[in-house]
Amino acid sequence: MRSEIYELRFEISDLKLRYGPLQSEIRNSQFEIPRMPAPTLTTRIAVAERPADTPAARTGAAAKISVRNLNFFYGKTQALHDVSLEIPERIVMAFIGPSGCGKSTLLRTLNRMNDVIPATRVEGEVIMDGRDIYEAGTDVVDLRRKVGMVFQKSNPFPKTIFDNVAYGLRINRLAKTKSELADRVEQALNDAALWSEVKDRLHTSALSLSGGQQQRLCIARALAVRPEVVLMDEPASALDPIATSKIEELIVDLKKRYTIVIVTHNMQQAARVSDTTAFFLLGKLIEVNSTEKMFTNPTEKLTEDYITGRFG
Amino acid sequence: MEQHRHLDDELNSLRDRVLLLGGETESALDRAMLALVERDSDIARQVLDNDDRVDQLEVEIDRQCIEIIALRQPAARDLRFVISVAKMAPVLERIADHAANIARVALDLNNEPELKSVTELSSMAGHALRMLHEALDAFTSGDAVAAREIIKSDSEINELYNHIFHQLIEMMVTEPATATRDARLLFVAKHLERIGDYVTDICELTVYMAEAAFIKHFK
Repeated sequence: MRSEIYELRFEISDLKLRYGPLQSEIRNSQFEIPRMPAPTLTTRIAVAERPADTPAARTGAAAKISVRNLNFFYGKTQALHDVSLEIPERIVMAFIGPSGCGKSTLLRTLNRMNDVIPATRVEGEVIMDGRDIYEAGTDVVDLRRKVGMVFQKSNPFPKTIFDNVAYGLRINRLAKTKSELADRVEQALNDAALWSEVKDRLHTSALSLSGGQQQRLCIARALAVRPEVVLMDEPASALDPIATSKIEELIVDLKKRYTIVIVTHNMQQAARVSDTTAFFLLGKLIEVNSTEKMFTNPTEKLTEDYITGRFG
Repeated sequence: MEQHRHLDDELNSLRDRVLLLGGETESALDRAMLALVERDSDIARQVLDNDDRVDQLEVEIDRQCIEIIALRQPAARDLRFVISVAKMAPVLERIADHAANIARVALDLNNEPELKSVTELSSMAGHALRMLHEALDAFTSGDAVAAREIIKSDSEINELYNHIFHQLIEMMVTEPATATRDARLLFVAKHLERIGDYVTDICELTVYMAEAAFIKHFK
């Protein structure tokens, strides 16, 4: 019983932290905000192991996510207009475009983070592994485990480094024993290129880490539950060039195992880390192409104007 | 807004500079041939004196391209323009070098008795000059269609070269006393033939700039 309460407490603090950024966004937005809906409790589902990283699994670059005719509304304001987009498996896709173009909104529709914003409405489909994530009966908590998210501002829990990474594993009961838990925490920290820097201080507060380390800790926390897709919303915009370059190298390494979607205002960053780039303007998808083509010879004039800084 | 204006200013200044280099190159070739045909050593010396100016422009363009890439990170058409200019400047400098070499031949020949004129050499030079002029126009207006046409016309230069080659060999055989001077003219023909190839390079860069298409070695 005590452990149940412990987990529940964790869960509530997670919800607060996860939706904290959204809440402040809501507060700053033009809509009248009703009370936050009560969170539904987690249904725990056994987690299938990720398929092996065989060449066969990688070839074909099948779409991991297919966005089909997606429209999104904040109240009466339409933020996305008929967006259709295929996100292939195990690549890095960058969303670029001026502020307010809908790129972050689209990112958040991919794990239903927008659900918690009242008075929003989604039309169209987001197909992941053959199923529309918006269909009735979708387990949103499981969806968010499969589709992890890293925010612009690193948001570690005010706990130890270890507990931050172990957190998702504990609430989802993904580790059967203490040693398995420790192994998976180590692996996640390794995957996030943070292990060597923190292995001797796992039980100190996460808040004692530098900004760049905190952001990698958040990535480790997202990776610990073995997601399939990682969404990153401006993950390096608050970091210095060295920390930024570490995050960027990490992103490129991670695409061997994960599908990554990154929103960035830094065009050079999109050019450096992504395989495919999608350009949005006023809620519409203007062009999606290989990053190399986007930055040397985009098809659309609007893209060219944006990329060369001649906008408006 | 500020930033685009500054980038545009820099790109325009780069364009001006490469066109200036193009102009110097055209003028060097034009005057070198004039010095040869009119046996005017003063003009030949002017061409040689001006070669430093050409070299200096090439260095300035190089530096400016690197600066724009480092500080402005141009993309898409801006990137293609800067890359094309960076690759074009040494090509123009090479053409001017060939013109300077023709001017040197003119100086040498002007100290010796006049040769029977080789009219094809003048028409070959005229053709090379026209190609160069049109190639610079096509680059300025980003006209890939015109650039492709100019590339095709390089074969005429090659034909003229073959013709002149045989004609000069024949002159050497029939009048061995003129052989050393004929050999010098052969070099002039070779310089003009190379210039045709360099003009082709300029046109390929124009096609890349306009269409992002690599046509070099894919003809």
